[in-house]
Amino acid sequence: MSWTLALPEIVLSCAGMAILVLGVLARENAFRMASMFTVGAMVLAAVLVMAGVPGLGYSGMFAVDAFSGFVKLLILAAAILAVILSMDYIEQENLRRFEFPVLMLFATVGMMLMASAVNLMSLYLGVELMSLSIYVLAAFARDDLRSSEAGLKYFVLGALASGLLLYGISLVYGFAGTMSFGDLGRLLSDKDHASTGVTVGVVFIVAGLSFKISAVPFHMWTPDVYEGAPTPVTAFMGTAPKVAAMALLLRVLGGPFGHLLAQWQQLIVLVAIASMLLGSLAAIGQKNIKRLMAYSSIGHMGYALVGLAAGTPLGVKGVLIYLVTYVFMNAGAFACILAMRRRGRAVEGISDLAGLARTDLGLALWLAVFMFSMAGIPPFSGFWGKLFIFQAAVSQGMWALAVIGVLTSVIGAYYYIRIIKVMFFDDSAEAFDARPASLSVVAVAGGLFTVLFFTFAAPVEAAALAAAKAIFG
Amino acid sequence: MNAAGFPLLSLLTFLPLAGCAIILAVRGDDAVVASNARWTALWTSLIVFALSLLLWVRFDQANGGFQFVESLSWLPSIGITYKMGVDGISVLFVLLSTALTPICILASWESIQTRVREFMIAFLVLETMMVGMFCALDFVVFYIFFEGVLIPMYLIIGVWGGPRRVYAAFKFFLYTLAGSVLMLLALLAMWVAAGSTDITVLMKTQFAPAMQTWLFLAFFASFAVKVPMWPVHTWLPDAHVEAPTAGSVILAGVLLKMGAYGFLRFSVPMLPDATAYFAPFVFTLSVVAVIYTSLVALAQTDMKKLIAYSSVAHMGVVTMGIFTVNVQGLSGALFQMLSHGVVSGALFLCVGVVYDRIHTREIARYGGLADRMPAYALAFMLFTMASVGLPGTAGFAGEFLVLVGAFQVSFWLALLGSSGMILGAVYMLYLYRRVIFGAMTRDELKTILDLSPREIAIFAPLVLLTLWMGIAPSHFTGFWDASVAHMVDHHQAALAATIKLAGIVK
Repeated sequence: MSWTLALPEIVLSCAGMAILVLGVLARENAFRMASMFTVGAMVLAAVLVMAGVPGLGYSGMFAVDAFSGFVKLLILAAAILAVILSMDYIEQENLRRFEFPVLMLFATVGMMLMASAVNLMSLYLGVELMSLSIYVLAAFARDDLRSSEAGLKYFVLGALASGLLLYGISLVYGFAGTMSFGDLGRLLSDKDHASTGVTVGVVFIVAGLSFKISAVPFHMWTPDVYEGAPTPVTAFMGTAPKVAAMALLLRVLGGPFGHLLAQWQQLIVLVAIASMLLGSLAAIGQKNIKRLMAYSSIGHMGYALVGLAAGTPLGVKGVLIYLVTYVFMNAGAFACILAMRRRGRAVEGISDLAGLARTDLGLALWLAVFMFSMAGIPPFSGFWGKLFIFQAAVSQGMWALAVIGVLTSVIGAYYYIRIIKVMFFDDSAEAFDARPASLSVVAVAGGLFTVLFFTFAAPVEAAALAAAKAIFG
Repeated sequence: MNAAGFPLLSLLTFLPLAGCAIILAVRGDDAVVASNARWTALWTSLIVFALSLLLWVRFDQANGGFQFVESLSWLPSIGITYKMGVDGISVLFVLLSTALTPICILASWESIQTRVREFMIAFLVLETMMVGMFCALDFVVFYIFFEGVLIPMYLIIGVWGGPRRVYAAFKFFLYTLAGSVLMLLALLAMWVAAGSTDITVLMKTQFAPAMQTWLFLAFFASFAVKVPMWPVHTWLPDAHVEAPTAGSVILAGVLLKMGAYGFLRFSVPMLPDATAYFAPFVFTLSVVAVIYTSLVALAQTDMKKLIAYSSVAHMGVVTMGIFTVNVQGLSGALFQMLSHGVVSGALFLCVGVVYDRIHTREIARYGGLADRMPAYALAFMLFTMASVGLPGTAGFAGEFLVLVGAFQVSFWLALLGSSGMILGAVYMLYLYRRVIFGAMTRDELKTILDLSPREIAIFAPLVLLTLWMGIAPSHFTGFWDASVAHMVDHHQAALAATIKLAGIVK
């Protein structure tokens, strides 16, 4: 068996354990050192992913293909940005413990496993490795009531979702007799084997994964956890795990259950519409910017699901491009949110941004770029994501979905441009504290990616198409 | 393949961004930065204007197709190319945009005192978006510029606007966005049907009549809001009143033309059957716009609001002309668009002149300005007359041609359309009388100063242009005659083909 298939994961895990040992041994600055090493290990893993050779290994439980490579690179990019974002915040908030980046690292390993999972068992292992690490991360500010509450809430509801997922897996296994994606796909191509039991199992699996991407009606935890968790953890949760869970949903529904399209399509359409509606309507009244981002991410997942609902390689390509644009604009937006500190304390109110354009034009401009991009205004990257998503829906004649999608994006635009209004039109409040370089780096990286996406849309599109074809059709 | 020998249109489009970069690069205290931003913006826009004159000189009027075409592979696998080019319909609007921008920058020289650097950047970005939109020959490129306009305009209204600027900025943004996203769906449907987003390809594609109906409605949602047509015009008075003078000028001068241009570029040539089917509907809305908004304009007490409503009425004439789809109607609509761009822009500048001095737009607060401001009174009178459509000024030829075109469609259409011109004369002359003539009763007016040299420099080109367009309209119509004739032929041929097809099916 070719164990080298999982080399990036193995290297990353070993690095994680080494950093743990180092963290214990180091006298001082253990946190910053651990963070640096984590970033280094992730970069190394990204290089290994790029050098990866396609194949199937570990008794058919682990696959490396164009899809897994694409998703893993995106996950690693998101994780690296999140680790950089957390460095200064954790020190400012006095949470300096070297386990923090290591937990992020192990969550990332779990996500990478999810991207490569071609068996329901390895799928579940990946999901749990990711989730357990993030439960701890959410409660990392253990003396802060809100953070503990967020961790507990996420854990209890997450455990329920894991239960649903496991239940679905057991149903599928019970009725189909196999957990391998390849075998399931072959089996279910015959209509006689697609029994009601399997369909019910698929519904449970979709429900479990919908929880992870916080799609309506499994979104209840999102605003509370986003608000309560330490902000860099929120930034992390809002990007990489969403990518991983969405990728898993794509692979599961496209691969083994691709022949049940008629069954799951209506489910995804419903979830997508509900997410887009809730994401745009519920965000309007929010005063806390982290809660607003929570609803915004619910909406974004709704848009991404539109591509999946189309049920074609074109749609999967759209989802992948959407995720790429989403990760960078979200990371950049969180960099701006993390820069909101006054007199050494983090502030989270939207009204705290008042008049930012006068006190700090650079920050205001970047945040404005992210907000316009999330609203889907060209030429920013968010527009391209929506363009490919809706193209897939339109080419399948799913007009109701497309019309609801674009109209909710107009409603959503209202709260995005409201933030710009607060920053540019209102009288200025007190200036924010000087921001650390790490935040500027992420904001500028995300901003340049968002602004210049149109110049390199062609290679991204080609890579996404290759990835989509690897799992779909 | 390119008459200029170099990518002229791309240069025109993106040169303003270079100006932005220079403005952003300057550091120093506020006064230095502001002064630098003003001069850089002015010079950039003047250079762009000078370059755009090449279009006027080198454009081949006998050619009805696209000229100065540039094409660059962008997303080849899905059929999106970066393609630019102008034909007789778009070329003069590029020139209008590049000509109005330096005028606007000059007009904001003293009236914008806060955040000058940001204002100039927003304005140059706006110029990029406007020029790019008129040059785009790919639907996706067009859409990007069409929507991209929202960003700088939202900021210009919201940051430098009047007391209700926030409301106006939101209304402007959301109204136009709601229209545009439906156009995006139409774009995607055409893309899927034709496999390309190249406008020249789409023009040759025949879409099924049932599909045309839906595509037309989606386009209509976008362009009707942008024009704006009654009853979706309500964002315009708010946006105009709250925007700073330069913003109003660009809004009236160029942005309103984007909707009408959309009809000319997409709806009419690409959807001939739906155009014929919906023409009576559009005529009805246009006539309502002409008569109703003229009456509303008559009742206004705010100068800017009055001119804003008059814009809606004038644009009603434009949509009427476009949907006659005959040579006179289309030619008249184009001429009216151009003259309205110059004249309504100039009228907003006239309001800006007195607003800068007295800081009110209430008509009742003025009166008797002719005594203290003779030069201003003269300029204002010329533009008032042009707005009314006096022969010899820019406003005449367009309205006249549209009415000739409308006559070929229906007597009643022409009659109702021309009633708007009478009402136009009423409200514009009434405005002029109240502001310029009469006794000077208010003390603050007694010390008011006439046009400064800077203001004369702003008005002089507009005065010349207004007279030129009035005296020698053929200098302008010559640009689009070939394109318009081609468009009418294409339309007739497409309709004939559909009728023939229907006959075969029967």
